Amino acid sequence: MKSVRRIWNRIVEFVIEKAIFLAGILSIVFVVLIFVFLLKEGLSLFKEYSPLAFLFGTKWYPISHPPSFGIVPLLLGSVVVTLGSIVIAVPLGVGAAIYVGEVAPVWLREILKATVEFLAAIPSIVLGFIGLVTLVPLVKQVFHLQTGLTAISGSIMLAFMAMPTIVSMMEDALRAVPSSYRYGAIALGATRWQTIWRVMLPAASSGMLAAVMLGIGRVIGETMAVMMITGNAAGIPTSLMQPVRTMTATIAAEMGEAVQGSDHYFSLFAIGIVLFIITFAINLTAAFFINRRSKA
Amino acid sequence: MFTNRTHQSIVLSGLVFLLGIFSPSCVDAREYKMLQIKGSDTMVNLGQAWAEEFMVSRNDVSIAVTGGGSGTGIAAILSGTCDIAQSSRDLKGAEEAKAVESGAPIVTTIVGLDGVAVVTHPLNPISNLTITQLSDIFTGKVTNWKEVGGADLPILALSRERNSGTHIFFLEEVLRKGNSKGPEEFSSSALMMPSNQAIVQEVKTSEAGIGYVGIGYLSDELKVIPVGHDSQGPFIVPTVQSVADGQYPISRSLLFLTRGEPQGDVRAFINFVLSAEGQEIVEILDFVPINH
Repeated sequence: MKSVRRIWNRIVEFVIEKAIFLAGILSIVFVVLIFVFLLKEGLSLFKEYSPLAFLFGTKWYPISHPPSFGIVPLLLGSVVVTLGSIVIAVPLGVGAAIYVGEVAPVWLREILKATVEFLAAIPSIVLGFIGLVTLVPLVKQVFHLQTGLTAISGSIMLAFMAMPTIVSMMEDALRAVPSSYRYGAIALGATRWQTIWRVMLPAASSGMLAAVMLGIGRVIGETMAVMMITGNAAGIPTSLMQPVRTMTATIAAEMGEAVQGSDHYFSLFAIGIVLFIITFAINLTAAFFINRRSKA
Repeated sequence: MFTNRTHQSIVLSGLVFLLGIFSPSCVDAREYKMLQIKGSDTMVNLGQAWAEEFMVSRNDVSIAVTGGGSGTGIAAILSGTCDIAQSSRDLKGAEEAKAVESGAPIVTTIVGLDGVAVVTHPLNPISNLTITQLSDIFTGKVTNWKEVGGADLPILALSRERNSGTHIFFLEEVLRKGNSKGPEEFSSSALMMPSNQAIVQEVKTSEAGIGYVGIGYLSDELKVIPVGHDSQGPFIVPTVQSVADGQYPISRSLLFLTRGEPQGDVRAFINFVLSAEGQEIVEILDFVPINH
């Protein structure tokens, strides 16, 4: 009887061990499968359409005869909105992180940090909707534009979305600087500001750069809010005050209409590949900065 | 030994439990008939109203109506994942080819009519526009209101997004003047709006705006522009009457698409939609009934 039980236990042990292994390996398998599927569908476009015309074409007319799938306006749309939001979010984020991490009293620090992180919990469609009814009319009025559905509206709204990532990661980076640095600076007669500006910030710089990169990653992949407030006109943007069409909004808006197996359908997957490569590169850069920090 | 039995009984009771979960749902599927209707966002409220009214008298049938755009509905009917596709446009070449390939001819039933109204800000002084002028405005050939007889103000052209049947209809009927394979395209500076309501919202706040919406979306906050085929006129305001008798130039049919001739409950539902009661619902929702 005992040996039966031992065998049973061994079987249970074996099954659980394999199940955990499977769970671990599955997440990798899924990523690979998604990438393979994306590649297979996206690259099908280039059987009939030149990759150069796709990457450097300036006209996005997917349902014309003949169609033209130039992603330059979409790529620039994404870049303009993202850069705009980073320009807004980074100074604010650095300021907030310094205040939360270095200046604020402990009780206030916890409240502030929780509040900033709570921003991340607001669904993007809600932010988009709020932006549409409050920010868009304001932008139109303040800048005397014909319409408030512009890149700048998208940038401002996305800056809100990037803030939690940026502030909380930067604050962590500041916190990770050894206290001996701060004490050393103060002992040498540096003021609080000099300590922060000359000692703490340089020491935390790789972590802060990683925070910016991940913030960019968050912004460039955002879809719903951007689709609602940037106007989605596929022109080449020359300023932030113009409507733009981003890559993500294009995929979301056109997927429903594209006939499965058509060039239009494949072209949306090809945009997906471009987006994938961009976010992959951004995450890789962020990982590089984080690594450098942990080694230093 | 005891633990062994316990294990076995747990496994057994688990199996019984699973059987318990799955078997009633199989029976349900046979008793309740589910009809899936999918497609045009323009028609989604209409489809919902028909379905609700139909289910009052036929409580053994359950109808689910979803939107997503005419193209989504057509893709679904081609792949057999819905029973009826609602569409505000005919099948495109590639879709037609796919239907032939799948061996099931798509049967089209006209269930209502819709006029697409051209709207501007109420303060816009423009009194009427021709199809050619509209084409020039939306393709970007004309970029200032003064070129079509208005104030000296750059034009803000507002279009529906490409997943909309209305977008494709407007493109083919107005921009390309009826030649569906023409070279004309929406200007790259035309804004692509996600819904009729978004266009209404933008036009009523921007004096430079011009957009197009289904006649169900008209209100006092918008100026409806009478449209004519050419500068000789006549310039027609879209109304239920002018759409029904075919005078208004930018009107279209609302369609039901089925795989093969509709049968059984699908047939019963379509009969209801075409009945006087069904067409009354069309009128209540500000579309145009087929036998007005």
